[in-house]
Amino acid sequence: MTDYLLDGGVLADGKAVQVLIKDGLINQIESVVSTLGATNLQKISINGCIILPGFVDLHTHLREPGREDSETVESGSRAAAKGGFTAVSAMANTFPVADTAGVVEQVYALGQATGLCDVFPIGAVTQGLGGTALAELGAMADSKARVRIFSDDGNCVFDPMVMRRALEYVKKFDGVIAQHAQDPHLTKDAQMNEGLISSKLGLKGWPAVAEESIIARDVLLADHVQSRLHVCHVTSAGGVDIIRWAKARGIQVSAEVTPHHLLLTDDLAESYDPIYKVNPPLRTQRDVMALREGLADGTIDIVATDHAPHPAENKECEWQAASFGMLGLETALSIVQATMIDTAMMSWGDLAMRMSTSPARIGGYADHGQGLKIGSTAHLTIVNPTRAWKVDRDLVASRSRNTPYHGMEFPGSVVATFYRGIPTVLDAKLESATHGN
Amino acid sequence: MRHLLSTSDLTYTQAIRILDTAAEMARISEGPVKKLPTLRGRTIVNLFFEDSTRTRISFEAAAKRLSADVINFSAKGSSASKGESLKDTAQTLQAMGADAVILRHSASGAAQRLANSHWTSGSVINAGDGTHEHPTQALLDAFTIRQHLRVGTGDLRGLTIAIVGDILHSRVARSDVHLLSLLGAQVILVAPPTLLPIGASTWPVQISYDFDSVLPLVDAVMMLRVQQERMSDFFFPTAREYSHYYGLNADRLKKMKPTAIIMHPGPMNRGLEITAECADSARSVILEQVTNGVSVRMAVLYLLLAGAPSEDGEITQ
Ligand SMILES: [Zn+2]
Repeated sequence: MTDYLLDGGVLADGKAVQVLIKDGLINQIESVVSTLGATNLQKISINGCIILPGFVDLHTHLREPGREDSETVESGSRAAAKGGFTAVSAMANTFPVADTAGVVEQVYALGQATGLCDVFPIGAVTQGLGGTALAELGAMADSKARVRIFSDDGNCVFDPMVMRRALEYVKKFDGVIAQHAQDPHLTKDAQMNEGLISSKLGLKGWPAVAEESIIARDVLLADHVQSRLHVCHVTSAGGVDIIRWAKARGIQVSAEVTPHHLLLTDDLAESYDPIYKVNPPLRTQRDVMALREGLADGTIDIVATDHAPHPAENKECEWQAASFGMLGLETALSIVQATMIDTAMMSWGDLAMRMSTSPARIGGYADHGQGLKIGSTAHLTIVNPTRAWKVDRDLVASRSRNTPYHGMEFPGSVVATFYRGIPTVLDAKLESATHGN
Repeated sequence: MRHLLSTSDLTYTQAIRILDTAAEMARISEGPVKKLPTLRGRTIVNLFFEDSTRTRISFEAAAKRLSADVINFSAKGSSASKGESLKDTAQTLQAMGADAVILRHSASGAAQRLANSHWTSGSVINAGDGTHEHPTQALLDAFTIRQHLRVGTGDLRGLTIAIVGDILHSRVARSDVHLLSLLGAQVILVAPPTLLPIGASTWPVQISYDFDSVLPLVDAVMMLRVQQERMSDFFFPTAREYSHYYGLNADRLKKMKPTAIIMHPGPMNRGLEITAECADSARSVILEQVTNGVSVRMAVLYLLLAGAPSEDGEITQ
């Protein structure tokens, strides 16, 4: 195994260090490390770049099995590595649905075989995402995939009794229910945020209250049964307020925000270009600012991508006919830097917490999110905060091209990713040699 | 002006020019030779993803009076229902050499999507897109109001016009609001709160839930079609209650100014939003709206396709 010396980088707090990666572990972090005993040492110069713990995504649609035309575990892993992720969480809305031990073990095994990042499957809460009968949560938890996060994402677990029982049941193995908060009756055929823009465009509205009312109900249920709730993709100022209130009450709730909800607003729909069609929808500038504040003050624990690949034909059509969703893995870091760091709302240390430590803790991914700790597995993300780049949909690693950021320029880049001590990305390019299959 | 997608894209000058051109077309249509050679050799496609015989034949008549070749293309469904996709259809029509596509579609924004795509290079005319807009309907409404209340010239300053009913789902209402207010009219939207879009109070309109109080103020009432299906989505309790508060009937007719006119974009639900008595009364200009529709659509096709010069330089092909 090759050992690596990272030379010329800085920690999140700005301290200049060398990092020695030996036998896949973080061996030393010193101003000058000792390389005695290192074998087959490769020195990598990362002048001025920031060394962060490997990013962990709790919300990734990898589409395999069933929709391999839009993404596979392999292509999604490549996109993840390029975005600085060393672990992703594959959502359950595949074909077949990941609602049995067999499917989650298959997805987990595909991730291990690809070997570019850990792929931790999320199990469905209900059979077939149908919302009525619980899936075999215990069997998925005890499977080789060791599932701890359960979600019907794409659908809301709407029946309050089903939600209550799911929250209760997962306490057996310290699981968590990740809720896609969307009242289906308030959002029938909904197309975009309900507000001035939807009224003008004649597109059916998806009101923020449809999200907020479910979040409010679920935090009360989580409190009542003393279990863990995770709120997927919070989008509204009101949702942030409810979670802030719940945390103040000591309720075990965590929440995520997507990069696109930190950056984009509903007026983009005026183009009727469904590249901006996403569920939950883009909201107003006021919501964006509340989300940024919530992420900064810790009300929102983490950034999660909701990476949602779709083939071209699902977006090259009328808005109403198009699929919901946008790519997220390869642009996440750049957007969080632009919206949170460069605006002085968060430090790089805060970013490491929101994109590595906290998601790993919520998901129970013990090997990840350890920070830069001597002796821990070397999952590292190296960021050059001044290496600006322009998004080009033709150059994405993902199998799909539905990025809303095409042509946009961002201030910083992921330049290297180390997964288990091995570089998956160097000089902002995928290391083709390392991903075997 | 290359496309006509929304009345909100029109400038005051362009709107007046279309109405004046329509008046010219109307004069020609009343004359002995109804046909103009202007668009000879040009191909105009009626691309209808949604049934609307009245709109289609109105555009067809307009195109034929300008001597254009007309292709009617009815495409059922959309890519959502796994029918013909907008992109494929548009590319097919492009290959046939369409100079203009008149698009009717159930999806809001379909016309804008087509115009901004590279799927067709022709002009796109929005003939109704979902619950968004129906600009030629608004133009014919403005034309009709101008004929009756402004002796056929100028704008609509000083007039008060009520649009009554299902504003939320009405593409006609959205187009009318932009255009009538652009032309200087005061628009009052009258509907139960459930049938008004969120944020309609920010539009250049007044809003009322009380039809009776509005009636004496208006110079024209535009009654919108209300679909019975709206009841099942709780927009109003029963058809009877809707008619009671928002239907135009003989009693309400008496409360209107003697000069005020009754309009409806059709098709009507007689007995629901308007009684037969009102629809067929001397105050009703509903059939004239249909006639004027042809003149207005001739004007739009003429200005978009014939490359007519323009004062502001905008109306060129
Ligand atoms: Zn979701």
